[in-house]
Amino acid sequence: MNTKVTIAGVEFKNPVMTASGTFGSGMEYSNLVDLNGLGAVVTKGVANVPWEGNPTPRVQETYGGMLNAIGLQNPGIDVFIERDIPFLKQFDTKIIVNVCGRSIADYVEVVEKLGDQPVDMLEINVSCPNVSHGGIAFGQKADCLYEITQEIKKKAKQPIIMKLSPNVTDITEMAKAAEAAGSDAVSLINTITGMKIDIHKRTFALANKTGGMSGPAIKPVAVRMVYQVANAVKIPIIGMGGIANAEDAIEFMLAGATGVAVGAMNFVNPYTTKEVAEGIEQYMKQYNIENIMDIVGTVR
Amino acid sequence: MEQMRKETATVYSQQELATGIYDMWIETGLALMAKPGQFISVYTKDKSALLPRPISICEVDQDHQRLRIVYRVAGKGTKEFSGYQKGDSIDILGTLGNGFPLEAAKGKKVFLIGGGIGIPPMLELAKQLAAEKSIVVGYRNDELFLADELAKYGKVYIATEDGSVGTKGNVCNAIEEQGLKADVIMACGPMPMLRALKAYAEKEGIPAYISLEERMACGVGACLGCVVKTKEKDHHSHVNNARICTDGPVYLASDLDI
Repeated sequence: MNTKVTIAGVEFKNPVMTASGTFGSGMEYSNLVDLNGLGAVVTKGVANVPWEGNPTPRVQETYGGMLNAIGLQNPGIDVFIERDIPFLKQFDTKIIVNVCGRSIADYVEVVEKLGDQPVDMLEINVSCPNVSHGGIAFGQKADCLYEITQEIKKKAKQPIIMKLSPNVTDITEMAKAAEAAGSDAVSLINTITGMKIDIHKRTFALANKTGGMSGPAIKPVAVRMVYQVANAVKIPIIGMGGIANAEDAIEFMLAGATGVAVGAMNFVNPYTTKEVAEGIEQYMKQYNIENIMDIVGTVR
Repeated sequence: MEQMRKETATVYSQQELATGIYDMWIETGLALMAKPGQFISVYTKDKSALLPRPISICEVDQDHQRLRIVYRVAGKGTKEFSGYQKGDSIDILGTLGNGFPLEAAKGKKVFLIGGGIGIPPMLELAKQLAAEKSIVVGYRNDELFLADELAKYGKVYIATEDGSVGTKGNVCNAIEEQGLKADVIMACGPMPMLRALKAYAEKEGIPAYISLEERMACGVGACLGCVVKTKEKDHHSHVNNARICTDGPVYLASDLDI
C-alpha cells in the first residue's frame, strides 16, 4: 500500500498537510502532534518585514465554522529563516512556506531569500481577504495573477503553488492564469469573505469588519471548486476547506486534489491531521487501493 | 510529568453557584500540572459550535486529580456545559497559559483582585500564595459567589455595582473606601477594571500582574487570534503583539499597551 503523493516533482509521504495560518510554523503544535506523521507542514504566511496584523477581536465562531481577520501578522522572513526553518528541519516532513506581500517586489524579496533555504515548495498567498491593499488584488484579477506568478516564477528556486481565492466569479479563470504563467501547482480554497454582527453591541464582531470564513460549513464550496479547477488545468491541486476527517479528505482527492490540507479543524481537534492520515489508509485497505494517487480526480 | 494534551475527561460534579454562574469539578490528570492563573480549553459536543471555550482554573485538587472551573453561561457553548451532570464526558485541552508568578508576591502585602467572572482564578491563587493577602472582589449584586471560600485565605473586601453589599461601585472604589495598601497586585476581570488597576499601580509605583481575556481559536499560540498590544517588541512575534494564550494570560501591566 502506497500513501505517497508527488506534486511538482516533490514526493510527500502522504497527502496530508496543514493549511497555512492554522498551524503556526509547526512549533506551536509540536507538543500535541507528531510532525513526522504529516506529508507537509505549510507555514503561516511570511512577508519581507514583520507585520503587526489587525486589531482584536480577530476571530469569531460561526455556525459550523469560523471567521478570522488576523491580518497576516508575521515576524518577517529573516526571523523565519533563523528560527522556524531550523526547527522544522528536525522532522521528517516536507516544508512548504507560505509567502505574502503587499507588492510584487515584497513577494520576490521573500522568494529570493528562501532560494538557498532547505524548503521544498513555496505557496504564494495572493488570496488573503484580510489585508487592505495588495494581497487579494493579485488573486482576484486573472491578468494580475498571471503577472505576479510570472515574476515569482522567474526568481523562485523551489516549485511554487499559487493559492487561489474563492472570492471570484470563476475560479477556473484564475487557475488557468496561474498555470499559463508557469505555476507548478495550485492550492484552494482560501477563506470565503464573510461578516458577523454583534446584535447586542450593534457593531461588527470582528475589528476588521469582514473576515475569512473557514471550517466544515464551507466544505461543499471547496469541493466544487477543486472539481472545477481539476477539469480546467493540468497542474496538481492541493485541496482545502473544512476538512475534518478522512472522508472529507477523500472527497477532495476524488474531486481532483493530490494533496489535502487541514485548516480550522486543527483548532477544534489538534489531532485531526493524524486521524485523516490514518483514515486514508483504512479507506485504501477497505477498497484495495494500492496507490493513493490512483484515486485522484477519478470522479468525473 | 504531565504534558499538555487534549483528553476526554469526566465531570465529577456540577452546581449553579449564582444566577448563570456554574461550578464544575472535572476528573483529569491535567490537575497534576495545573497552576493558578492557567486555563483549559473546553470543547462543545455540538459541532455547529466549533471553537473551544477558554475557561480559567478556579481550583486544583491534585490528591484526587480534579480541576474546578467556575464559569458564566455566555453563549451556546457554555450553555451546553452547564447541562453536564456527574459522569458525563467533557473534552478539554490543557493546561494552558503561564499563570500568576507566585514568587513575585511571596511574603509581601498583596491585593488579589477579581471582577465578576474574573473572580474564580483568584481562589487557587489565594490558596497557594504565601503572602499577606487582601482579597478585593467586585460583583453585580448580592450574589457573592466564592466570597466565603476566598475568606478562608485572607481578608475579603466586597464591592457591588448595585450597592447591595460592601462598597457601592467597583473594586477600585473598595480599595479607596477601605484605605487599602499593597506591594503587589494580582488581578483578573473585565478590561476597564484592568486598565484602572494598571493606572492605579503606576500611580502607586507597584507591580500589577493582570490576567486577560480575548477571543481565541487554537489556544496554543498558532493562530494569532488572541493578541494584546505590548510596549516593546514581543520576543516571539517581533511586533508589538503578544499571544494571550501562550505568553499570557497573565502579564505585568506595565509591559502592555492597553
